[in-house]
Amino acid sequence: MIRVILPPHLRTLAGVERMVELEVRAPVTARTILDALETKYPMLRGTTRDHVTEQRRPLVRFFACGEDISQDSPDVELPEAIASGIEPFFIIGAIAGGSGIWN
Amino acid sequence: MSSVRVLVGTRKGAFILTSDGKRQKWEVAGPHFGGWEIYHLKGSPVNPDRIYASQSSSWFGQQIQRSDDGGKTWKPVGNKFVYDGNAGTHQWYDGTPHPWEFKRVWHLEPSLNDSEAVYAGAEDAAMFRSSDGGQSWEELSGLRQHGTGPRWQPGAGGMCLHTILIDPTNQDRMFIAISAAGAFRTEDAGKTWQPINQGLKSEFLPNPTADVGHCVHRIALHHSQPDVLFMQKHWDVMRSDDAGESWREVSGNLPSDFGFVIDVHAHEPQTVFVVPIKSDSEHYPPDGKLRVYRSRTGGNEWEALTRGLPQQDCYVNVLRDAMAVDSLDSCGIYFGTTGGQVYASPDGGESWSAIVRDLPPVYAVEVQTLQ
Repeated sequence: MIRVILPPHLRTLAGVERMVELEVRAPVTARTILDALETKYPMLRGTTRDHVTEQRRPLVRFFACGEDISQDSPDVELPEAIASGIEPFFIIGAIAGGSGIWN
Repeated sequence: MSSVRVLVGTRKGAFILTSDGKRQKWEVAGPHFGGWEIYHLKGSPVNPDRIYASQSSSWFGQQIQRSDDGGKTWKPVGNKFVYDGNAGTHQWYDGTPHPWEFKRVWHLEPSLNDSEAVYAGAEDAAMFRSSDGGQSWEELSGLRQHGTGPRWQPGAGGMCLHTILIDPTNQDRMFIAISAAGAFRTEDAGKTWQPINQGLKSEFLPNPTADVGHCVHRIALHHSQPDVLFMQKHWDVMRSDDAGESWREVSGNLPSDFGFVIDVHAHEPQTVFVVPIKSDSEHYPPDGKLRVYRSRTGGNEWEALTRGLPQQDCYVNVLRDAMAVDSLDSCGIYFGTTGGQVYASPDGGESWSAIVRDLPPVYAVEVQTLQ
């Protein structure tokens, strides 16, 4: 299972806790994680990437294993620690006030 | 017994204020969607328990929420707003072409006869319609593409379609307003549109009487006289007696004719309310006195309504969608401020009190009169 940490706004929108678990088929990439996230929680469509172009929203960032992968291609395969669920995939709202993501 | 439900959108969530018909004691529920910006909420006239809400965030985009139980519970519905065809460009602040980009929904206007149908006014300015309770949205692109779109430009708050009025006697006729483009009318339910800005004068424009480019802040009508429109423009309070074909100024003796809100009494079509704001750079009431001004003559002659409102050291603003009226026998008037107060008058504006004082900055106020 892939683990994904959501920012507070998206937790309240989806009605979930800080972390959600997803089944993601290989290859595990930002795109396949977001696809799975939006399939399980349709209300999150359009919140992290554009509906049509699938471009990342400007004030959203993605982190994997401590690395900011926001500028990488969404099709880059992510580290095994993400794919195996050891490390979570972080979706973060660009910092502007307390985010509470570490709480 | 009648009751009243006030729907309040704020910068950090939605609140629902309820009272019986006396409108003396209020219950405050919320925040709903805490932390999100709520630009507008409005209930269906057909089914008042159906309420639509525009929920947005600069970070995470647009959501539309729908309640079918009067605001107790909500569910997200469709949030896919896509411009029809090649979106093209409008003017940027500096006059250069700028691509149309969807940012948020400023205003939701439910149909007068179908609770599944609802219109959305968007930034960048466009009008969308849903015929399935908000699940899916289609642009009424005849507005954006009728020809003047490339000359529209954003006001200070963005290039927003913020007002949608449906003629209750002919629902194919609608009026909308855009900052800063002006007012527009359709006679065929949104397929085709024409600018209706003759008589408006905006000194910031190279041609102050141009057919488009005016920063209209709000328009209002009374259901019994849908050809009579009242407008709060950036500067100037205006009136049209011919469904927008021509406008004349009715600012009269107002202390400032800058402002955002304008509304009409529920039972007196010539009684109009505005809240004067000092200027376009000083968004607070003149002299630090929060005053609603009422005209009983359809404009030009205005009286200050002050009883119960702060008359010193008050520097809040009242934003364009933040005034509404109920339809009880003694018409209630409501408005919200950027200081988080929602004021109500149960007696047509004679006296005021704060229903609630310490909300986040108020963006929108709507009222439902329930039987």
